[in-house]
Amino acid sequence: MKKSIFVKALAILTATVLLIASFAGCAGNESGASNSTASTADKADSSTADVVYRTLDEIKSSGKIKIGVFSDKNPFGYVDENGKYQGYDVYFANRLVKDLGVDVEFVSTEAASRVEFLETGKVDIVLANFTVTDERAEKVDFALPYMNVALGVVSPDSRVIKSLDELKANDEVIVITGTTAETYLTEKYPNIKLQKYDTYANAKTALENGQAAAWANDNTEVIAYALQNKGYTVGIPELGSKDTIAPAVSKGNKTLLDWINSEIKTLGKENFFHADYEATLTGTYGKDYEEKLVVEGGKVN
Amino acid sequence: MQALGLDVLFKGSNLLRLLGGLGKALEISLIAVALSLILGVLFGVLMTFRNPVIRALSRIYLEIVRIMPQMVLLFLVFFGTTRVFGWDLNAEAASVIVFAFWGTAEMGDLVRGAIISVPKHQYESAFALGMTKSQTYFTIIIPQAIRQLIPLSINLITRMIKTTSLVMMIGVVEVLKVSQQIIEANRMTSPNAAFGIYLTVFVLYFIACWPFSILAKHLERKWSN
Repeated sequence: MKKSIFVKALAILTATVLLIASFAGCAGNESGASNSTASTADKADSSTADVVYRTLDEIKSSGKIKIGVFSDKNPFGYVDENGKYQGYDVYFANRLVKDLGVDVEFVSTEAASRVEFLETGKVDIVLANFTVTDERAEKVDFALPYMNVALGVVSPDSRVIKSLDELKANDEVIVITGTTAETYLTEKYPNIKLQKYDTYANAKTALENGQAAAWANDNTEVIAYALQNKGYTVGIPELGSKDTIAPAVSKGNKTLLDWINSEIKTLGKENFFHADYEATLTGTYGKDYEEKLVVEGGKVN
Repeated sequence: MQALGLDVLFKGSNLLRLLGGLGKALEISLIAVALSLILGVLFGVLMTFRNPVIRALSRIYLEIVRIMPQMVLLFLVFFGTTRVFGWDLNAEAASVIVFAFWGTAEMGDLVRGAIISVPKHQYESAFALGMTKSQTYFTIIIPQAIRQLIPLSINLITRMIKTTSLVMMIGVVEVLKVSQQIIEANRMTSPNAAFGIYLTVFVLYFIACWPFSILAKHLERKWSN
């Protein structure tokens, strides 16, 4: 009896040590990761030696593609009341899937995990309102863009702010913490007083209570706000650097990237993204912003 | 109904989707809870040993779990194992591993505390009666320790159920994620839906956790006689 408890204890101990070791390994081994993936990937995947992603042919022959989308960013990627994925990104995703001739599995991603999903090959494509930035382009490969995004400023009709120069010394501007609007205004207009809020709802309440002269955010957000709330106008629809939104694939997945790029060019001929806008975004933004937001055929005007 | 945004709940299959999300959350947390209870008791016994190596190792394990946010652990297990070992764990399996890893450590610490608090004369009496060390542990000490454990471990179990909301970060769609999806999908038509939907989620979590409180009360009453 005495021996049995000892054996048990030893077994648990070994298990614990193994667990700890594996976690410590994960944490410390980031830089050497590619080496070890290489050796294990052979077993997991016979045709590719040291890559996490699946090539175009592998996706086709497996008959299924995994696409990472937002599931709660109406109207870009969301789930309707019947549990179906919908939105501007999803409309495009469905077309890609149809032209590839495979089935699709949508994976619900968060803003913070989009890059990781691609770096580990857990999804083949990310179509989740993914703004192209230099920092991200080091980790993933972006295809041609399909939408524009810039900053916008909304203000009450009683005093529409058409240029940031119109702001007087004691006028404050609302921003949401952590957004590009906050970074941009802090850097380029350090004299403007900012009122910072953590959530969309709080920022909205502050503007409605007249606590500030204007609210700066992604132009898609402020345009939607002005359309839904009477008495507010987007005085500045485009501000700061114009960014684009594009599909992304794992770094180095050239076959898939090339295919998406040629697909975007071909779809441009039938004005696909205008049709996409009309099907998914007119309800939120109206027809007026179609030309400003849509990028057709991968060509930014 | 309209003001609370509860009408959104009955649109399409929204209510079923919420229940499905709750099912997913319970599936992950209950498997992890079962594993944690078993492994936690063994780990707790292990922690009471005087062997310095065992003590140091269990200390390190416990501290890792305490220091690391569960979110970091989730990323490590789900994405990290793919990077380092090339394993393609599915998101549910990764979640169960993380929650069991966390639960075992916390449960072990509770068990350790409970075992230590059993008075010394219980051991001495058992040995005086000629019982072996393992007989003493399994028939005298652990049964007494478990009675003290009930309220504490119920607390841990409900905490594990509620913390499953984090698994949305690795793509598992559980009840809180479904509620966010519903709120966002209806933000134009029913801007007040957030209140009604979160209220429903509150009720669902309550329904999920309440049985554990009842069970705990029942066991405590049963064992006090």
